[in-house]
Order: sequence, then C-alpha cells, then structure tokens
Amino acid sequence: MEPTASDYPHINGWGIDADPNNEPTYPLKNYTGDDHQRLNWERPPQQVQTVEILHSNERPNLTAVFGTSSPPSGLSGAIRRFAFRFSESEYGHWLPLLLADRVNVVEGIVDDLAHGHIPNIFAEKGWKADWKHNRAGLVQNVVIGVAATALVYAFFTRNKQQTAFTRLKKTISN
Amino acid sequence: MLAMNYRGPFRVRAAQKPYPEILHPGDAIVRVTRSCICGSDLHLYHGLVPDTRVGMTFGHEFIGVVEEIGSSVQNLSVGDNVIVPFNVACGKCAFCKQGLFGNCHESNPEATAVGGIFGYSHTAGGYDGGQAEFVRVPYADVGPTIIPDWMDHDDAVLLTDVVPTGYQAAEMGGIKKGDTVVVFGAGPVGIMAAKSAWLFGAGRVIVIDHLEYRLDFVKKYAQCEAYNFRSMEDPVLFIKKTTDWFGADVCIDAVGGDAAGSALQTITGRKLMIQAGSATALHWAINSVKKGGIVSIVGVYGPTDNLVPIGNVVNKGITIRANQASVKRLLPKLIDHIQAGRLNPKEIITHRVPLEEVSDAYHIFSAKLDNCIKPILIPPSARQ
Repeated sequence: MEPTASDYPHINGWGIDADPNNEPTYPLKNYTGDDHQRLNWERPPQQVQTVEILHSNERPNLTAVFGTSSPPSGLSGAIRRFAFRFSESEYGHWLPLLLADRVNVVEGIVDDLAHGHIPNIFAEKGWKADWKHNRAGLVQNVVIGVAATALVYAFFTRNKQQTAFTRLKKTISN
Repeated sequence: MLAMNYRGPFRVRAAQKPYPEILHPGDAIVRVTRSCICGSDLHLYHGLVPDTRVGMTFGHEFIGVVEEIGSSVQNLSVGDNVIVPFNVACGKCAFCKQGLFGNCHESNPEATAVGGIFGYSHTAGGYDGGQAEFVRVPYADVGPTIIPDWMDHDDAVLLTDVVPTGYQAAEMGGIKKGDTVVVFGAGPVGIMAAKSAWLFGAGRVIVIDHLEYRLDFVKKYAQCEAYNFRSMEDPVLFIKKTTDWFGADVCIDAVGGDAAGSALQTITGRKLMIQAGSATALHWAINSVKKGGIVSIVGVYGPTDNLVPIGNVVNKGITIRANQASVKRLLPKLIDHIQAGRLNPKEIITHRVPLEEVSDAYHIFSAKLDNCIKPILIPPSARQ
C-alpha cells in the first residue's frame, strides 16, 4: 500500500512535491522543441571585448557576455592559447590547461615579488586555523615536511658529502 | 575593494582588487552582504579544475544589495536586496527557455559543456565571484531575485546554490512515494538532498559518509538514517542487505570529485589527477541502486574522464540524471518551502568568518576542522 503523510507525522511537508506524472522529470520536463532552431535565438547584445578571451573551438563566437578576470598572460597564457586549439573532447585541451595552472602559480609568486610583496604562504594556506583547531596535525605535518626536505637535501648532496668524508679520512690517515 | 584572491592549490588570500565595472547593458553591480564557501569551491581550491587562474576571485553563493544597474536593466533597482543564483543565464537561448539555466549557451565562451558560473574558473566563463565586497552580475534581469522582506538573509544566501542543488538532486531522482533513497555525502548538498527527498515522498532516506560529526548532524536535521562507510566493509553490500537484497530505488551522488573511500580512486583522481576527480561515490551509487533504478548526480567532477562501472549501468538498465542546479527555476518553490517551515537552511551554517580571514575559512572547510559544515564569509562593508 502506498504510504501517506500520516505515516510520516514527524516530517513537515512529507510528499508535498510528489507527482506521479513527473515523468520525464527535469531536465526534459519543459522541453520546447526550440533547440531544433539551433543557435538561431534572439541573442542578447554583445559585450565589448576589452581583454583577450579564449573561446572553445566548439562554438563559432564569443558568448554575449563573458568574464574578464585574469586574462591569459606570460608562459601560462601561451600554454592556454595552445590548449584552446583543441576541442573540449581532447586531452590536448585539458592537460595543457592544468599545466598552465601550475606554471601560473610560479608566475604569481614572481609577480608578487616584482611588486614588492613577499607572499605569506603559511597564512595563505590557513595554518593559523590549523594552529587553533589541529595543532597536533600541524606539528606532524611540519615534522614530516622537514624530514622529507632533509632527506632530499641529503640525497642530492651525497656525492659532495662522500668526497668531503673521503678527504677527511685521507687527511687523518696521512 | 577587498576580495578573495586565488594564488594556487591550497593557497588563497584576501587582497585589494579594482571595483567591478558595468561591462554590458544588462549588468548590475552588487554589494555583497554574505557569501558562502561551497563544497565545489574546494575542487578549485584543491587545483582539480583546469583553467583556474591565479588572481581570480571565487564565490558563486552570494547575496547583496544592488549598487548600480546597466542601461537595459528593468527588473531591479538600486538598493534592492537580491539572491543571485550561481548560474549566469541569458534567459533567451534554447536551453534557458527550457528552464535549463545551468546550461545557458550565452554565458561561457570557454566551454560548451557548462554554462557560466560566478567565480568558478575560466572553464565556467572567467567571472570573478562573490567572495568580495562587490561583484559584477551579468543578465541582472534574469537571475537575481528580490529577497522577500520576511526572509532571514542567512536562509537567502543558501538559496543561491546549496538548497536548489540538493532539492534538484531529489527531483532528478524521480522519487516515488515509498522509495528508498540513498544519498552519498553528508556535506551541505547531501544534507539538503536528504531533507528534500522526504518532500517527494521518500519512504526511507539513508545518508552515507565518513565524518561522524556530519552524520550526527544529518541524522537530526534531515530525520534520516546515517551510516559511516568506514565502519562497514563494503557500503554497496550494506545497501543491498538493508534493502532486502534488492538495491535502493534512487541513489544520489552528492560528493563529486573529492570523494574518499577508495585508495585507487583517491590516488588516481585526487593525487595524480589522471582522472577528473575521485569517482568513488558515483561508483557506489551505480552499484547500490536497484535494476532499473535512478542515479542522480549533483556532485561536481572535472571535465575529463572518470573510472565508473558503466557496464553495470547498461546491464542494470539504470537511468542517470545529472545537471547543475537550475536555481532560478526552483526559487519560487523553495522560497515557499522556507516560508512554510518545510526547509530551514540556515541551520547548516556553522562558521561565520570575516572576508579578511578567507584563507583560514578555506582551510577549516577543506580539512573538515572544528566540525565545519557550512562557512559563510562576511565582507567588511557588510559588518558596519
């Protein structure tokens, strides 16, 4: 037997939006057939392009409006322009964009320094909140980070250390 | 003006930025009074979404006061308090005419697969978002909706995304009276999906997550069952057993690409990024739903590929429905539900943080510190 609202007295509004005729539901529910007209709707006025905007090659033009945040620039910008030669279906589009994002991080630090701003990376990572709410975890992360850095340093300087050690041994034996 | 400024994965700060300009006759400039950090902002914060550029301001969940309007704006006036849906939508294209405001074809030049979204990378149109003192709002006659006088602004800001997304997750599930609905994810959207499932007549609502404090919250807030997948060997087997070996009628993926629970998915999706996020929740949803059942996806994934058991989708005859929420379409109904007390969104807000401390707010939300469920940011101009 189909349940009723009286079976769920603790739920305010139980079943109020149930609709047995809700098929097909969203997103097909309000299908108009307009899409057979393809892109021939009355377009809103076109926003004037004042900065470089990259657009997907899966569409013929810019959209009527667009965002103007952070236009492409520098090496990351060049990588982004390359990426937009490929369709959204291609790894050639998305993987270079991820690479550009990482390059852009380095550019951001260089840009900060060029403007006389030394980025406080610890503050940007929210370590103050960690100190307040997760002190043990923060300390553990710092210890792991320092240990890992020391290991990497030791690995890359091992030849020099060995040479110095050998020299010391020779000196002692002489 | 002060705005959140993205500097790279796990690095954001509050910094000064130029005041936004009217760039189109349909634009408005809105002075932000509240903005939220969304779970999907964390995908950007974690560096998972391609074309997320340094210097961008995130934030697609915000409300505010109209400060300026473009020459063609007719439905808004300076001084109006408005809910701004996260979708940038023209209202004229074939998709908007169907109510698919999340799929507008005149708002995102950079990608055809998604409509414009405020503050959500250049893959979603390159718009600066609302985690700022002011924001440019295109198509101001279409999306923004005046906040009713009686409405608490904490409820209003949650109508920009989290409530409609959770509600639409339930709606797309095609829930029939008495259905068993399983929601994967007890984040803000999962909580709202669970709450909404009852409105569609669900007979049983089960939420699966791994954070005890969220499970405790959703159990009380949405009056549902809540289980920790860490305490079970196999969540799919658990769902099968608890549904008399049948499978759930409807499964909802309210997690997306940041899902925990599978080492393979985590390493390939979140660490190495060789798939578009970790698809653990979707994998479980497909395998937990009954034959002929419905999987509704509102969790956010990147634009490339994911490892999911598509063979099981075919063999079980599953219907998959998914979309970005169509906020404008749903607002009248959701406002009505709030007024009638059926939905009480503001109860999920756990943290109020000054915009100046945005770095800490992101970290708290991302690392799930201090029992955080939903943080909101208050700009300095809104605190005076």
